[in-house]
Amino acid sequence: MIDRLQQWLPRLVLAPSFIVILLFVYGFIAYTGVLSFTDSKMLASYDFVGFENYAKLFGLTNWKTALVNLAIFATLYIVICSVVGLLIAILLDQKIRAEGLLRPIYLYPMALSFIVTGTAWKWFLDPGIGLENIMHLWGWDSFSFTWIKDRDFAIYTLVIAAVWQSSGFVMAMFLAGLRGVDNEIIRAAQIDGATGIRIYTRIIVPMMRPVFLSAFVVLMHLAIKVYDLVIAMTGGGPGRATEMPATFMYSYTFTRNQMGIGATSAVIMLMMIFAIVVPYVYSELSRGGRR
Amino acid sequence: MSGGTSQDVAIRGNTVTRIIIHVVLFLFAVYYLLPLWVMLVNSVKPLDEIRGGNMIATPQHWTFEPWLQAWSQAQIGVQATGLKPYFLNSIMMVVPAVAISTILGALNGYVLTKWRFKGDGIVFAMLLLSCFIPFQIVLIPMARVLGVLGLAGTIPGLVLVHVVYGLGFTTLFFRNYYAAFPTELIRAAQIDGAGFFRIFFRILLPSSAPIIVVSVIWQFTNIWNDFLFGASFSDVDSVPMTVALNNLVNSSTGVKEYNVHFAGAILAALPTLIVYVLSGRYFVRGLMAGAVKG
Repeated sequence: MIDRLQQWLPRLVLAPSFIVILLFVYGFIAYTGVLSFTDSKMLASYDFVGFENYAKLFGLTNWKTALVNLAIFATLYIVICSVVGLLIAILLDQKIRAEGLLRPIYLYPMALSFIVTGTAWKWFLDPGIGLENIMHLWGWDSFSFTWIKDRDFAIYTLVIAAVWQSSGFVMAMFLAGLRGVDNEIIRAAQIDGATGIRIYTRIIVPMMRPVFLSAFVVLMHLAIKVYDLVIAMTGGGPGRATEMPATFMYSYTFTRNQMGIGATSAVIMLMMIFAIVVPYVYSELSRGGRR
Repeated sequence: MSGGTSQDVAIRGNTVTRIIIHVVLFLFAVYYLLPLWVMLVNSVKPLDEIRGGNMIATPQHWTFEPWLQAWSQAQIGVQATGLKPYFLNSIMMVVPAVAISTILGALNGYVLTKWRFKGDGIVFAMLLLSCFIPFQIVLIPMARVLGVLGLAGTIPGLVLVHVVYGLGFTTLFFRNYYAAFPTELIRAAQIDGAGFFRIFFRILLPSSAPIIVVSVIWQFTNIWNDFLFGASFSDVDSVPMTVALNNLVNSSTGVKEYNVHFAGAILAALPTLIVYVLSGRYFVRGLMAGAVKG
């Protein structure tokens, strides 16, 4: 009897988590998926309309804006974070005595809420009191920086704040990668007469490919999810100029009472993320299995 | 990253190169510190000094009035309560959510590494994948389920939400940690007649301190900083700190009290910043593990 219990105990312990995940994650995904095929407005409805919502969604200007913004934001965010992260990591790896002091400074933004980050950057980039004003006070009268108020440029201010928040994390990933490079490889290259910069561009940076991949996956899925930062910094504005998929989903579902469209946009977001994450997780897991 | 011994220096530069490297690193440090500096100096300035003066200059007249305002007087929503009640809401939400998700994560990790059974791989894959879902996909059904459970707009409702969507991470942490724990010790204890829980509490748990710290920090930071769930599922008396801060900053009518906004932002950032300063190494470990290493 006790043996039987012991045998089932592990499964019993795991069961609550399994059931919760099954219902609250996969069941909910299925439910939202179902809603995306219905004409739900303010309340959920079960009148199925086929792919109508999907057709409608991709005809909406706001959704197109959201996708274009996501493309701009994600590209710049990933590229700049990777470049800045790699650069700082390489420089920090040159036996810098102040590393212990500098590293936490580069990383602390990761501990902050995007609402806090957004508030700080919102007012710092505000033309009236922030950067532009500072330059004017310093005597550079022609300096103009009104991006955050500009429909065409507001999206780039989101990039500035997001890069500030995440690049330190990418730096930490690269630094861990650089510290894992075999000393012998570097010494051999030096004996061959390669200079420092060539050692990096030809040998070490190409070895960082797995780190680039991890950074890409993490940053890409953060970019698709970005919501708080937009709300705090621009509120999706000016106008709807900084609309993102996440803000689109929220406003269509909860303020515009277009639940069917909202659910559809959520499904598209999920598919975008899974398209990137599933192959990555799968390869990581199967590699772990072989180890 | 922690404790990694430094490589041979690859860039064998002269003094000039090293000075350039230090200058560049210093400039980056300035860039990262700038927003914190802006928040700090402007939170102790009178409002007219921000409007008329230089935002990055130190105050000419120091005042702690904005902090008092932000903490206990500022108008948020309909009431002029300051951020205090919302700060307490966040605490009451974070503490149980972190505790429950960490305990469950530890047990899950234990089962998934030391009591493996057929199909456990699928359970783990499901938990792992749940870490990445965009939460928009669960907002609509979650709102309904919380309503059905009678938890809509309550702190226990938010605790439930954060536990559910934190489980994947905490399980991942403990699974990876326990995977490296020698299984022979477990088998030996089993032969001595120790049961499931006895092995967990006597053998695994005592050596789990580092990963518990990682898990607690990760969960604390994520739940404290959460905005989406707070904005979606809270009601007047369960609004968490991030949502209250956003209301303070973005829906204030009339005069924009920047100094109060900055003080409020620091108040919202303080708990996670303190945790970060006290435990930087573990914080980074959590980040790295969260970046998925299967």
